[in-house]
Amino acid sequence: MTDSKYFTTTKKGEIFELKAELNSDKKEKKKEAVKKVIASMTVGKDVSALFPDVVNCMQTDNLELKKLVYLYLMNYAKSQPDMAIMAVNTFVKDCEDPNPLIRALAVRTMGCIRVDKITEYLCEPLRKCLKDEDPYVRKTAAVCVAKLHDINAQLVEDQGFLDTLKDLISDSNPMVVANAVAALSEIAESHPNSNLLDLNPQTINKLLTALNECTEWGQIFILDCLANYTPRDDRESQSICERVTPRLSHANSAVVLSAVKVLMKFMEMLPKDLDYYGTLLKKLAPPLVTLLSAEPELQYVALRNINLIVQKRPEILKHEMKVFFVKYNDPIYVKLEKLDIMIRLASQANIAQVLAELKEYATEVDVDFVRKAVRAIGRCAIKVEQSAERCVSTLLDLIQTKVNYVVQEAIVVIKDIFRKYPNKYESVIATLCENLDSLDEPEARAAMIWIVGEYAERIDNADELLESFLEGFHDESTQVQLQLLTAIVKLFLKKPTETQELVQQVLSLATQDSDNPDLRDRGYIYWRLLSTDPVAAKEVVLAEKPLISEETDLIEPTLLDELICHIGTLASVYHKPPSAFVEGGRGVQHKRLPARAGSGESAESPDVGQAVSAVSDAPPAVIPSQGDLLGDLLNLDLAPPTSNVPPVPSSMQMGAMDLLGGGLDSLMGDESETSASHYRTEVQSPQPPECSERELGGDVGGSPAMGVSLGGAPVGMPAGLGAAPAVGGGLGDLFDLGGGVGVTAGSYIPPKTVWLPAMKAKGLEISGTFARRSGVIHMDLSFTNKAMSVMTDFAIQFNKNSFGLAPAGPLQVLTPLSPNQTVDVSLPLSTTGPVMKMEPLNNLQVAVKNNIDVFYFSCQYPISLLFVEDGKMDRQVFLATWKDIPSENEAQFQIKDCHLNSDAASNKLQGSNIFTVAKRTVDTQDMLYQSVKLTNGIWMLAELRIQTGNPNSTEWLDSRCRGVRNASAYILVYDICCVESFEYVKMIRQQIVDNREGSSSEVPILVVGSKRDLQRHRFTQRRAISVLVKKTWKCGYVECSAKYNWHVLLLFKELLGIAVARGLRQNHASIRLQGALQRNRCSVM
Amino acid sequence: MTVLICRNYKGDVDMSEIDHFLTLLMQQEEEGLMCPVISHGSVHFMWIKHILYYFDCLFTSVCLSFVCMFPVQVFTEYFKELEEESIQDNFVVVYELLDELMDFGFPQTTDSKILQEYITQEGNKLEVAKTKVPTTVTNAVSWRSEGLKYKKNEVFIDVIESINVLVNANGSVMSSDIVGSIKLKTMLSGMPELRLGLNDRVLFALTGRDKGKTVAMEDVKFHQCVRLSRFESDRTISFIPPDGESELMSYRINTHVKPLIWIESVIEKFSHSRVEIMVKAKGQFKKQSVANNVEVRVPVPSDADTPKFKTSTGHAKYVPEKNLVVWTIKSFPGGKEFLMRAHFGLPSVENDEMEGKPPITVKFEIPYFTVSGIQVRYMKIIEKSGYQALPWVRYITQSGDYQLRTNA
Repeated sequence: MTDSKYFTTTKKGEIFELKAELNSDKKEKKKEAVKKVIASMTVGKDVSALFPDVVNCMQTDNLELKKLVYLYLMNYAKSQPDMAIMAVNTFVKDCEDPNPLIRALAVRTMGCIRVDKITEYLCEPLRKCLKDEDPYVRKTAAVCVAKLHDINAQLVEDQGFLDTLKDLISDSNPMVVANAVAALSEIAESHPNSNLLDLNPQTINKLLTALNECTEWGQIFILDCLANYTPRDDRESQSICERVTPRLSHANSAVVLSAVKVLMKFMEMLPKDLDYYGTLLKKLAPPLVTLLSAEPELQYVALRNINLIVQKRPEILKHEMKVFFVKYNDPIYVKLEKLDIMIRLASQANIAQVLAELKEYATEVDVDFVRKAVRAIGRCAIKVEQSAERCVSTLLDLIQTKVNYVVQEAIVVIKDIFRKYPNKYESVIATLCENLDSLDEPEARAAMIWIVGEYAERIDNADELLESFLEGFHDESTQVQLQLLTAIVKLFLKKPTETQELVQQVLSLATQDSDNPDLRDRGYIYWRLLSTDPVAAKEVVLAEKPLISEETDLIEPTLLDELICHIGTLASVYHKPPSAFVEGGRGVQHKRLPARAGSGESAESPDVGQAVSAVSDAPPAVIPSQGDLLGDLLNLDLAPPTSNVPPVPSSMQMGAMDLLGGGLDSLMGDESETSASHYRTEVQSPQPPECSERELGGDVGGSPAMGVSLGGAPVGMPAGLGAAPAVGGGLGDLFDLGGGVGVTAGSYIPPKTVWLPAMKAKGLEISGTFARRSGVIHMDLSFTNKAMSVMTDFAIQFNKNSFGLAPAGPLQVLTPLSPNQTVDVSLPLSTTGPVMKMEPLNNLQVAVKNNIDVFYFSCQYPISLLFVEDGKMDRQVFLATWKDIPSENEAQFQIKDCHLNSDAASNKLQGSNIFTVAKRTVDTQDMLYQSVKLTNGIWMLAELRIQTGNPNSTEWLDSRCRGVRNASAYILVYDICCVESFEYVKMIRQQIVDNREGSSSEVPILVVGSKRDLQRHRFTQRRAISVLVKKTWKCGYVECSAKYNWHVLLLFKELLGIAVARGLRQNHASIRLQGALQRNRCSVM
Repeated sequence: MTVLICRNYKGDVDMSEIDHFLTLLMQQEEEGLMCPVISHGSVHFMWIKHILYYFDCLFTSVCLSFVCMFPVQVFTEYFKELEEESIQDNFVVVYELLDELMDFGFPQTTDSKILQEYITQEGNKLEVAKTKVPTTVTNAVSWRSEGLKYKKNEVFIDVIESINVLVNANGSVMSSDIVGSIKLKTMLSGMPELRLGLNDRVLFALTGRDKGKTVAMEDVKFHQCVRLSRFESDRTISFIPPDGESELMSYRINTHVKPLIWIESVIEKFSHSRVEIMVKAKGQFKKQSVANNVEVRVPVPSDADTPKFKTSTGHAKYVPEKNLVVWTIKSFPGGKEFLMRAHFGLPSVENDEMEGKPPITVKFEIPYFTVSGIQVRYMKIIEKSGYQALPWVRYITQSGDYQLRTNA
């Protein structure tokens, strides 16, 4: 009987059944039930509803059951904090259980329950457990302090747990010491200045003693902690090194790397002429090499670390070149990393071997690896001068292979070799020129053009060659264009007579026809130089170039030093400081290598090397987003940057807003301008609620009224329901809100306008506006008393209106309004009042009473006031509804000169509860699909097209191709030799996706390239297509040949595979699991 | 992708992050740049592939990079075979193990033998007396329990050396090293103190003896039971052994050795018609020794067909799914030379997807022999009860990563 049965129950009403079982009297049944609950939890089902029942099972003497219940608690306590309190008693009791396993279990679990209320109950038991007689309990409790600190740091400090933890460093049991060290280090990370781990020679000595006795993981904690210590002088440093070196013989590679870290760091303090320094260097090499006999994943980590070590101290591994030779079956990530280290270690002594290897690699099949190998040959040539000639001839051999990417890569590196050793290897230019036609990558083309320009005087037909590139000037990438411009100018300066025409051509191409500022500027500079002073031009353009450096990709020294301090951690794998990828405050400390003994800094080294700069309290939000170097710079800066995100000057923001708002408003009625974006609004009222049905009866078909309110410019609207000026600005207003991009703070609030002038109301002036605040509609009113006597007893009443707006409470004007006094009142409104259709629709008639009289006025509210917060329609529903909208319910508007991109527009509109349901991009158009729900339950759906290109195409794609919609999978076949066929497939696929909006990712599409047998005639590389299809389209890609029946079966197998996998995903989690279980049995054809 | 088991140690990672993992992995695979460490936002995935199942570790903070290997190892020892089914069958135990292995992101105990003592698969049958924490968990000697008893006290020592060789197409040895390992099977009572003596060159130089052959070990790695500081100071290998099977130490030797089985190959490929392969294997070791189960694996083009073989000894077989010819020789005496010829047809339509140049690989095993000449000089076993124990030593040399590049 196995436990996997628990994973397969899929019955409905399961929770109910489980509940019953959990409350069963039989112990066995109870346990079964808890197991089922845990199994459900594992596969991601929500079983939190069973919380009280599971907690009831907690009081048991069955250890296994207890563990399961604890596991459940850890998972769900956070979501049910109140209920979690129920468990506290049992925890406290368990912490005093005679069985140490249970005591430890309880204290461990309590720490994992991240509920504030519980933590206070945790303190007492934890204090006891920290002093427990059993070391197993003590070690668990030590970790628990770190957990508690993570939840509530203040509590830990107040309760004095930190001191207890410090005491544990002197514990008799090494395992306890190790965990205490681990916990303290963890806590210290978030308290960089607290000097928690008070490292002094005495504690260091204690740690070094414990190091010999504790388990492998404990050793790592201790070593990592040692690495943070800065010895007082080189003598102490040496003695620590001596006691750490034996760890290099540990079987656990993590221990080895941590030891390497400590040694690398402390070596910094040893004088280089010390004998011990040499010994240490020798001792470091073998363990590093041995790491490479491990599993490939470990090898990778080891190689990344070795890469750092080699850059810091190349002498350590200088004789170990051979171990980095690439094996055929190494995974690609290991191969690339080995190659990198090989180049770093290349020297005159081993260059012959290295080159032979690199040449071997260059004939492999893995494109990335081959490229890197070719590049490596070039780097060797630049690094080891004696080998340059050999490298060049190797590269020439490789060019002869005519493998396209090899040739291109070789040309790129030969350019660098020319730079490094000018006038030495130019004899090979002829060979390079032969391959001109096969270059299709910008970098290679640019390199070749550079060579032709630089050595124009030696190439007879240089002008022809460059001219041939010039033909397609505008299709080239910027890199090539710039290079071509320079090369032709060089050519002109060298051979002015024949090339005048050419240079004029390129200058005009660059300055007049190009809109790339770099290119244009460079073109103008050349043009002016050439026209004003050709001699100076010669001096500038043909000046001697500075030599290129040997090592181009070394890690910047301060960063390297920091990374050395992080050997064995993720930072060393990424080659980035932790601050670059760790969010939150921890780990952002900046570590530094200790100062070398004898240098001026050594006197104050404890401070310098304590490695915790004051910056750690700098806002983490700023640092992680920076790249390595930038982060580094920020960290070095001792004054912490301000904790605010640098504010954008507000005037700018305002300006943008004004521009936008003003522009829109003024344009609402003005159609003479060229349109920049198109709006199409479809309005429909699927199920108007009872009361409004009659009232709005006329509108069910003709809800254009609403359309009007949205758009203001009636396009094809029934007349009479026409424009309502007050709402005319509706859309424009909406766009006005929010200000900057991404600010979705709230909906648009128009400024207050005078509704009731004092003249008409016996001295009472009322101005007001409407606003929607946190889901409630408010009428903001200002009452001003312009009469001579005091006004009191204010009340307000609304007439019936289109959307049933009514005051939700009485008008609160508390104090009597004295003459010349103004009072602001905000009146919450409800939408439950009596309904009557108004003209215009958003008209509101109001009566205000005071001690003098009753006054009447009417005002109009913006329709956006009525957009409710839950107006986001489900994509599927949207899709279905959209298709069912009768065309008479559709209305289209254009909004012009609204310079918002789709995201900004979407953000803005969201502020007014216009929600973007989906977005897609067709050619140059961004389409936003949006939904709006009114307070009376009417939905409006809108399609917002934002056109960036041709402004006048408003065509409606009749792309509702219903036939395409029903298939459950698609195979799109194109001919690999025919571009048009692929374009067609592109189009069809777009249509499929469009028509299955919302579920597009669920439709399996398999793109198939046929005529594989005619491979030689294909129009582009397989890779290019497959990347596009797989990555961008997220479809499957297969190539086959019907002629040779090659991969045809595979194609269907693939399709079925996708279809089955997709089908299962939609189902219930446990069905999915069943499917996965059967995977091995399922075979197709 | 289904998550079989998940345990969130710190509670700072959203478990739905795992959904990104497979997409990222596929994307990397497509780009041909797979890497065992992947990051997505602030979450970092580390994965290893174990027979089609991925083991992931997620981190948000800087963490030890070596954590994820160990659960796999422990689970394998617990369940023999680690598969989806075995995890599901034992998910309760798996959770318990995960709990013990790591706490709040700090690895705790990863020794499966000790874990087995208090986390058993028959959890419900635990008696109260047995649910005590084994003192071993927190002891200085965390790898051996007290109170073991054997009728016959024996210890078996296996010295296994693997040879890694990389030979260039023109026949020059690019790199070769020996990775040796000494494995113990301990069946000893009580808490015995063991001392192992090897013909270690450094040791002999230290003690001034230089009788007989010595071996210079480049790098030595020890099981955690060995007192490293003692070895560092006087090269003595002293330890209290774990019970049962364990790897006591491993070492690496850089000395250049003649490849024990030398392969010469001629692979001639006539496009559109045929491939002809001639492989000569020569045993370059002592005549008295015999290599067993020799397998020479010769790569052939993926579209080859109609194989024909001729061998002077052994048996050749075409393995089309791996694009290999496997030439098996059951016993291969030293100094002998054998020949194998193979002939394949090639289709007239060429498969123009570039094929790599896989090397020839060789597998073999030579018993009663170590290529480095390492010897166990003595194994002293001292236990306070003073029993006599017998050490048994076995030597074996086998092929490790043994690759010979071809010119085809």
